[in-house]
Amino acid sequence: MNNREKYDGAFIETFGISAADLNDSLQYQSIKAWDSVGHMALVAALEGAFDIMLEMDDIVDFGSYTTGLKTLEKYGVVF
Amino acid sequence: MTDTASDGGSVDLLCDLNRLTVHHKAACRLYGYYIDTLFGDREATSLAEVPYLPVRAFKTFELKSIADADVFKIMTSSGTTGAVSRIYLDKETSKLQSQKLIEVFSNAFSRSRFPMLVIDGQGTVTDRRQFSARTAAINGFSLFSRGREFALNDLFAVDVERVQAFVEANRGQRIFIFGFTFVVWQNFVAQLKRMNVRLDLSNSFLLHGGGWKKLADQNISNERFKAEVQEWTGCKDVRNYYGMVEQTGTIFMECEHGNLHAAVGSDVIIRDPATFAVLPHGAEGLIQVFSNIQKSYPGHSLLTEDVGHTLDGESCACGRKGTIVKIAGRLKKAEIRGCSDAYNS
Repeated sequence: MNNREKYDGAFIETFGISAADLNDSLQYQSIKAWDSVGHMALVAALEGAFDIMLEMDDIVDFGSYTTGLKTLEKYGVVF
Repeated sequence: MTDTASDGGSVDLLCDLNRLTVHHKAACRLYGYYIDTLFGDREATSLAEVPYLPVRAFKTFELKSIADADVFKIMTSSGTTGAVSRIYLDKETSKLQSQKLIEVFSNAFSRSRFPMLVIDGQGTVTDRRQFSARTAAINGFSLFSRGREFALNDLFAVDVERVQAFVEANRGQRIFIFGFTFVVWQNFVAQLKRMNVRLDLSNSFLLHGGGWKKLADQNISNERFKAEVQEWTGCKDVRNYYGMVEQTGTIFMECEHGNLHAAVGSDVIIRDPATFAVLPHGAEGLIQVFSNIQKSYPGHSLLTEDVGHTLDGESCACGRKGTIVKIAGRLKKAEIRGCSDAYNS
C-alpha cells in the first residue's frame, strides 16, 4: 500500500465513506462523521498508519482532505 | 496584567476589545442598537468602560456578526428552564478558540498529548441531547488526548476493570484525567471510597470544571477535594478551571498555588449586582469576563450570572500575572443552568 492509499484508507475507515467522497469539498464539519470526535479518530488513524505524532497546532489546522496532505508532508510523509 | 480591578488592564487587550466593539456594532445590528442605547459611542479607556452584554442575551436573541452562509458551528448551552444560549461560530473564531485552549493548557501542563481518562460515561458524548455542555467540554479537551477511555459505565458507576486496564496499557506515560467537578466527586472518588478501591494514577494530572455548587452545598472545599482525589487515585496534580460556553477556549486555569488566573488576552472585573459599579479586588459581586478572540459573535465582554471576587494576579507566587478570580457561586435570582448539574444521581 502506498502512502496515498494509506491516507485515503484512514478517511474511508474513520468516516465510513467511499473513495468517491475523497475530494476537495471533504472538510472538517462538512459531513456528520467528521465532527470533533471524528477529527481525533482521524488523527489517531493517520498517526497509526504513518507512525507519526501530530502537534496540536497541526491538528487544529487539519481542516480538509486536501490540506491534510500538506500537513503530513511536514512529518516527512511523501505522497 | 491588571494592577487593580479598576484600572485599564493591559493596553493591548483594551485595544483589541475596542476594535471588537466597533466590529460587532457594524456587523451585528441588534448588538449595535443595544450598545448605542446603553453605552453611547465613545471608545473605552479602561475595562470598566468597555460595553458589555449580559450572558443571557444569547438565550433571548440571535447575536451573530457573520453571514448565515459563514456559520460553521452553533454551540448551545441548555438551561433547565428551557432557554438555550446559541453561540454562532465561523471557521476563524472556532480555530481561535482551539488555539486559545491549546495556549492555556500547554502553559499549565505541556504541549504534549496524553492518554486521556474521561470521568464520565461514553453515553455522555453519544447522547448529545442530554449533556450538551459536558459533551462539548469532553470533546474539546480531547484535543490533548492520544487515546481516550471512559471511566464510568452507562449507569455512571466506576468500571474499575476498564480503568485498571487503561492504567496498565499506559504505564510509563502521564495520564490526563478530565471530568466535571461534581461527577468526579460523586461518581468516581466517592464510589472508589465506598468500594475501598485505590487506583494507581500517581503519574497523572486531573483537570476538572463545571462548577462547585453541588460540592459547596455538601461543604466540600477545594482542599478536601484534592486530598480525597489523591487518596483514592494517587493523582497529586489536581486543577480546576472556570469557563463558559459563551467564551469557549478562554478559560481561567487553576495554577499550582490554587488560583484561577485570567489567560493572556482575557481579564475579569467585578460589578456591584445592584448598581453595576465596578468593585475593587476583594469585594464580592457579579463577574464580568473579557476575551479578545470572539469575532463571529459579540461575546468579548460579558456580564455573567456568577458571583465572586478578584485578586491581583501578581500576588500569586506562580508567576502568572493574569487577574485571579475566586468564584463564590451563582447569583441567587439567576436561572439555574444545566451544564454538569444536569445529571442528578
